Amino acid sequence: MATAGLNIYHLARLQAVSPDWPGGFWWHWLFFTVVIIGFVLTMVMGVIYIERRGMGRMQSRLGPNRTGPFGLLQPVADAVKVLLKENIVPAAADKLVHWLAPVIAFAPALMLFAVIPFENGALLADLNIGILYVIAISSVSTVGIFMAGWGSSNKYSLLGAMRNVAAIVSYEIPMVLAIVGVVLIAGSLSLNDIVVAQNVPFILLQPLGFLLFFAAGCAEINRSPFDLMEADSELVAGFHTEYSGMKFAMFYLVEYAEAVAISAIIATLFLGGWKGPILPPWLWFVVKIILVFFAMVWTRTTLPRIRIDQLMAFAWKFLFPMSLLNMFITALQVLAGWPTELVWVMIIVNIAVMAILVLVWSRFFFRLGGGRVEI
Amino acid sequence: MKFERYGIGIAKGLTVTIKHLFRHPTVSQYPEQRLNISRRFRGNELIWNQEKCTGCGTCAKTCPQGAIEIITSTDMAENKYVVEKYEADTGYCIQCGLCIESCPYEALYFSHNFECAKYRRGELVQGKEEMLETPERKVSGYFYPDKAEKLPKQTLLIEKVTEKR
Repeated sequence: MATAGLNIYHLARLQAVSPDWPGGFWWHWLFFTVVIIGFVLTMVMGVIYIERRGMGRMQSRLGPNRTGPFGLLQPVADAVKVLLKENIVPAAADKLVHWLAPVIAFAPALMLFAVIPFENGALLADLNIGILYVIAISSVSTVGIFMAGWGSSNKYSLLGAMRNVAAIVSYEIPMVLAIVGVVLIAGSLSLNDIVVAQNVPFILLQPLGFLLFFAAGCAEINRSPFDLMEADSELVAGFHTEYSGMKFAMFYLVEYAEAVAISAIIATLFLGGWKGPILPPWLWFVVKIILVFFAMVWTRTTLPRIRIDQLMAFAWKFLFPMSLLNMFITALQVLAGWPTELVWVMIIVNIAVMAILVLVWSRFFFRLGGGRVEI
Repeated sequence: MKFERYGIGIAKGLTVTIKHLFRHPTVSQYPEQRLNISRRFRGNELIWNQEKCTGCGTCAKTCPQGAIEIITSTDMAENKYVVEKYEADTGYCIQCGLCIESCPYEALYFSHNFECAKYRRGELVQGKEEMLETPERKVSGYFYPDKAEKLPKQTLLIEKVTEKR
């Protein structure tokens, strides 16, 4: 790893952050904790609005438009409704586990934002292993979800939770391998350094990596078409069947907070994070998060839910080999010095590679049995 | 070469949804925007013309539900029936329209009003006064084509789809 380069970044960051903060570490910690909580909650509200209105328009209807101007207060109304509801715990439930599950599921979604930069150096903790932290923390919420499934003592909850665990175990691997391409080019694991290194957004240098990470990310946070764990038509509501009132609200919040977190990570890794002309950096960051989230809404509206066998086939027969290939190709390109010298060649070559690989592997995937029912 | 096997279906689906995003939604927001209902609407309410009615009771006899109750007395001086009580329990009405078709004096019509939800079952019984024609309770064109022509044309969904934003 380029230690000299890292030192320059560190110096830049120190100059950008430290003198501005009276009182040092604890003020920094308090400020960013408050900012992150506020940011996540407001973003969740905005994102719920975008999803409901966007999905409505895509399905040729209007979506909620009664509460407040343009229905902007709908999330507030929903929150009030859900807060006033009765909290029902099943008689056979494991009370402690049932009670702890939403908390454990919610914490990681907030913790993810600790390493995501809002501006140059404006982040709670600039870990030099930022990406590793993201991967590690994002899978902790699975524990919460599994606790919810187990604690409810309901077969649907448990089935949903088991499916979630199976999906996470499979989709972590292509997700990590897709990130490796980015890390190879940026030469750092710190998210701030990755953003600083993006003179060209990495979506152009890593188009295949972006697609893989997007698909794996959607599966990781269980958004459609991978929302098997709460498939309403099969398992009443999956792992949160037995939840009501505030605890259900927590799970609802987790769902969208994780979607925002994954959107933020994608925006940081592939779309240049806070970088952008004219507008202030944090606004660019918000705009990019919303763009990525819109893409998620778009795929959610379009694609039907896949079966559990297709889910596994997609992870192991499509995403996994593709991410290995992507990592290999990127490593060769980095060895040849393309990211610094032949950027435009690399962009063209990588987009062509992505198109060819996706087409060829789709065909191959079909023959491998990805789209058929085995009898 | 089948393009469906190259993952092209996903791209097709995505274009469909994005097209719908920029199209006018095919919904009308009910209390403010109302569609015109069919001119031959078989409403839930009956409209009764007191002057034309002779009190023959054909409507009550033909009603398969027995929802219409009519009580008459004889006015010997004028040599005709006087309708003392005329009630239709719209809770029992199945909107078959037999009473309207059977009325020999064209004294009974369907109403063109469709908002007749009530809070109590007792309120569903229409008395004499609630059956008269008023500006709010228009007469439907069911079984009477000349009345249908005066009503506004029905809005079709295709007009909503092609409506400009």
